[in-house]
Amino acid sequence: MFDDFFIRALVAGLGVAFVTGPLGCFIIWRRLSYFGDTLAHSALLGVTLAYSFEINTAFSVFIVSSLIALILIQLQKKTNLPGDALLGLLAHSSLAVGLVVIGFLTFIRFDIMGLLFGDILAVKIDDLFIIWIGGAFILLVLKLIWKPLFASTVNYELAEAEGLNPERAKAIFTILMAAIIAISIKMVGLLLITGMLIIPAAMARNISDSPKKMVIFSIIGGLLSVIIGLFSSLEFNTASGPSIIAASLFLFILSLIKIKQSIKLKN
Amino acid sequence: MNSNNNILVKLNNAGYRHNDKWLVQGVSLNVEKGKIVTLIGPNGSGKSTTAKIALGIYKKIDGEVEKYTNKVGYVPQKISIDWTLPLRVLDFMILTENLKDETIDEALSLTGVLHLKNNNLGNLSGGEFQRVLLARAISKKPELLVLDEPVQGVDFTGEIALYELIKKISEELNCGILLISHDLHTVMSATDHVVCLNGHVCCSGSPIDVAKNTEYKALFGEQASQILTRYEHKHDHVHTSEGDIKKN
Repeated sequence: MFDDFFIRALVAGLGVAFVTGPLGCFIIWRRLSYFGDTLAHSALLGVTLAYSFEINTAFSVFIVSSLIALILIQLQKKTNLPGDALLGLLAHSSLAVGLVVIGFLTFIRFDIMGLLFGDILAVKIDDLFIIWIGGAFILLVLKLIWKPLFASTVNYELAEAEGLNPERAKAIFTILMAAIIAISIKMVGLLLITGMLIIPAAMARNISDSPKKMVIFSIIGGLLSVIIGLFSSLEFNTASGPSIIAASLFLFILSLIKIKQSIKLKN
Repeated sequence: MNSNNNILVKLNNAGYRHNDKWLVQGVSLNVEKGKIVTLIGPNGSGKSTTAKIALGIYKKIDGEVEKYTNKVGYVPQKISIDWTLPLRVLDFMILTENLKDETIDEALSLTGVLHLKNNNLGNLSGGEFQRVLLARAISKKPELLVLDEPVQGVDFTGEIALYELIKKISEELNCGILLISHDLHTVMSATDHVVCLNGHVCCSGSPIDVAKNTEYKALFGEQASQILTRYEHKHDHVHTSEGDIKKN
């Protein structure tokens, strides 16, 4: 069954969507969109290092993204620069360093487009294992830290006062973000990963009135985006990663209609 | 002071400095089971800071703080909730601890907001939200309650009812309460121990002792010290949220 590249792509995409759904909700709630973007940009450096040292791409991306996250936290403590400036600094400099490193690796032919926008159709059986096992692990950890993470998202001092250790939850969540980027980079590419995280969750926000509902709708939105995106990329012969994101945008626009209706109802 | 094992939180010469400015310093106080300790003082005198020191929110403090319980309920003075979160009253109630449905309902009806259970938190009025905050803090049946101006924005009758509820809770749950209040009447009637702050402990003791204290008079004026008379009249009825009168 997994012999067919299209089936593999579908299984990989669905696996990623299960994880990006709930993580994306937290990214929206905690206003971390640009943080996700920065980690994704730094992933390029991770990919090039993987090629240089012949190690697993997902593992290498995970290490580099986690390092960038740690550097960011340190810079926030030690400089007076605002958070968005630091994010921009890290995002673009790690992207640039990644591209420079590629220049040195003349013995390998890089598919830059594939790195930037993903190549889900090139997913192999090993990648499926990484996505599904890694994804299940991310979801498990997220479930374990859900209470402190959510409570501190609502109000940090309440969570701290009532003994939930929000600082630890935040650190673990940062690592989970690096992990999801690592396992999904091959699929949608580093420029579009944040889209996969944010757009289904944003769609879900439009139609939910409780956190649980938002998570569920966000997962469903992600799954539908993968299915619609992949089938239409097959149909119209378009790039598959961008097609998935375009499909999620389509769902987001649909969710706006629902908002319009509910505003009308209130009036 | 009672025997040591009744102490829930103990501040010993505690202080907190932010950007080289002391917000409060040299505070010593104990909160014990079943007792209400009230912090009073003018704006900027370090009341909320003291509460946060007691709660362990501030890490780098001067002096010592020892907390002997982890079952804590907190009503902060200011709470900003980000409306990117879809959050109903119900979701907010189980924010830090999962509770049974009956427990949630019970707490919400005690503070008179059961009918708002499925409302979005962002649609509540200031007073309603304050009642929800208090309900959330008491629903966990905490050993230590820290209430930072818990009835701000609540209507006058509600205010009295909520203060009586707070007093009842301290008796029923035998929990210690650290209360911050501007209402001197309430302070005088419900409190076991008053700490008057003004960047440091200006005076402390029983309500009557504090009211007689000259430093207190200097800080609050002659009028405030005349609120010696305890708030003693009893309420024999409560007003429900629908506006009915219920006899106790």
